[in-house]
Amino acid sequence: METILITVAVITVIAAILALLLSLADKYIADYGDVELTINANEPLTVSAGNSLLSTLRDEKIFIPSACGGKGTCGYCKVKVLEGGGPILATEKSLVTAEEAANGVRLSCQLKVKNNIHIEIPEELFNVREFEAEVIGDDHVTKTIKRMRFKLPADLDFNFKPGQYVQLKAPPYEGSDEEVYRAYSIASSAGDHGHLELLIGYTGGIATTYVHQHLKQGDTVDINGPYGDFYYQDGDSDILLVAAGTGMAPIISILHHMRDNNIQRKARFFFGAKTPDDLFMTDELKQFEKDLYDFKYLPTLSRVTDDMAWDGDRGRVNVSIEKYVEDGGNYTAYLCGSPQMIDSIVESLHQKHIPDEAIFFDKF
Amino acid sequence: MPNIHPLVIFFASIFTSNMVFSNFLGMCSFISVSKEIPTAAGLGIAVTFVLSITTVLNYLVYHYIMVPFGLEYLQYIVFILVIAAFVQLLEMIMERYMEQLYYALGIFLPLITVNCAILGVSLFMVIRNYTFMQSLFFGVGSGLGWLLAILSMAGIRSRIKEANLPAGLRGPGITLIITGIMAMAFIGFSGIVQIS
Ligand code: FES
Repeated sequence: METILITVAVITVIAAILALLLSLADKYIADYGDVELTINANEPLTVSAGNSLLSTLRDEKIFIPSACGGKGTCGYCKVKVLEGGGPILATEKSLVTAEEAANGVRLSCQLKVKNNIHIEIPEELFNVREFEAEVIGDDHVTKTIKRMRFKLPADLDFNFKPGQYVQLKAPPYEGSDEEVYRAYSIASSAGDHGHLELLIGYTGGIATTYVHQHLKQGDTVDINGPYGDFYYQDGDSDILLVAAGTGMAPIISILHHMRDNNIQRKARFFFGAKTPDDLFMTDELKQFEKDLYDFKYLPTLSRVTDDMAWDGDRGRVNVSIEKYVEDGGNYTAYLCGSPQMIDSIVESLHQKHIPDEAIFFDKF
Repeated sequence: MPNIHPLVIFFASIFTSNMVFSNFLGMCSFISVSKEIPTAAGLGIAVTFVLSITTVLNYLVYHYIMVPFGLEYLQYIVFILVIAAFVQLLEMIMERYMEQLYYALGIFLPLITVNCAILGVSLFMVIRNYTFMQSLFFGVGSGLGWLLAILSMAGIRSRIKEANLPAGLRGPGITLIITGIMAMAFIGFSGIVQIS
């Protein structure tokens, strides 16, 4: 017994001394003092050095997308460093191409801020916020898709453009021991500052399993955003909206925007699904048909059989485009869906002589 | 306590009992970092430094803490703790004051923590019952021996870079073969002194 006690005591003392030494070193040796952080030629900010650029920016409330939580594996956190970044590290080389490196692109989670540093980031990132949102609605709109409604913190100033996405953090849960961030398009109105809606389809992945099986009303979840350059563009052309599955989300947000701002443009929404069971939010879409200036919802089903109650269009979305879209018209198109679907739709639009500049898409 | 002059131990650990060539310790970093002379030299110096200091630290911890309490059987865990903490400390110091070296070694620095040559030297010191002076010279000598080994390997590898080797042998393959040949060459020294 005594031996055990002595052993434990001695080991504890040794470990404690070493830990103390290390913390002292961390405090005194790894203390790099204050340095200046200049972003996009704005006024320099004074920040304390010694941390990664990603967390330094985070402390300044500037959020760079990061899906792996700073482990250097996702490559989302790239930032252009104009000055003061030091040489590129071995841990960055797998995700930063030689060409990017030549332009100063670095992984902000790997780079340590030790000197005055000058970086360049897209202006939109200044808008990005990180917050805790409370789940206030989680209905199934189809067997596999949930419509999650969140209440945002009252003092949050969260602004996004219709079509943009946020990242939701799935914390570790039973069956998953890592923390992951996944991107979901916002389905609610940009004018509703107190709430946020996402459509989340179950795919068996870490985040969708978390949302479908663990997240309940009353829970809170970490969200950051908005991100993305897929969003509604002002103009007077007619609008084509095309989506499948949860690609419906940004389209709904765009429709909200058009209603909120009484935008008088002709719009057609082609939604592709397999069977009548895959259609959802039909009532809302019918309501948009009533409220908007000239809007039509045109779902098309690719796998309907004769015993299903369906009298709408059949076949893939390309067929509908063929049928309803006039050749060479003045259109702006917004597509949201899988890469294969988008590629084939883009091709159909090209055949209708709609130029690339007028086609916006969000592949997921 | 063997009655060997510390200087004998010093030279023996460089040549006749070289950690790499006679004990085959510390091979992983020896193989991965021996491509270029400058990085090899950097790592070699770092290993020498860490080895010298940790051997001394471990000597003190062993003889002044563990022996009095009868805790010799804990040497593995304690030695590893000491080495790990010291490497951490060294990493911080290098990052702060020797930035060039820090970037050159990059991800190899933490490799030192798990470099078995370092733990090996501390354990040999105990097994062979070395005195303080003997341990000190043994630590420094083994470090220099390791530095000598990796430097000569890097020298050879930078020469054979252009060589037309069979694809399967490039990299670690040929390195191991060369290591074997070098080890044989080092056996030539072994008649001079014996320390174990
Ligand atoms: S945050 Fe994932 S690579 Fe930097």
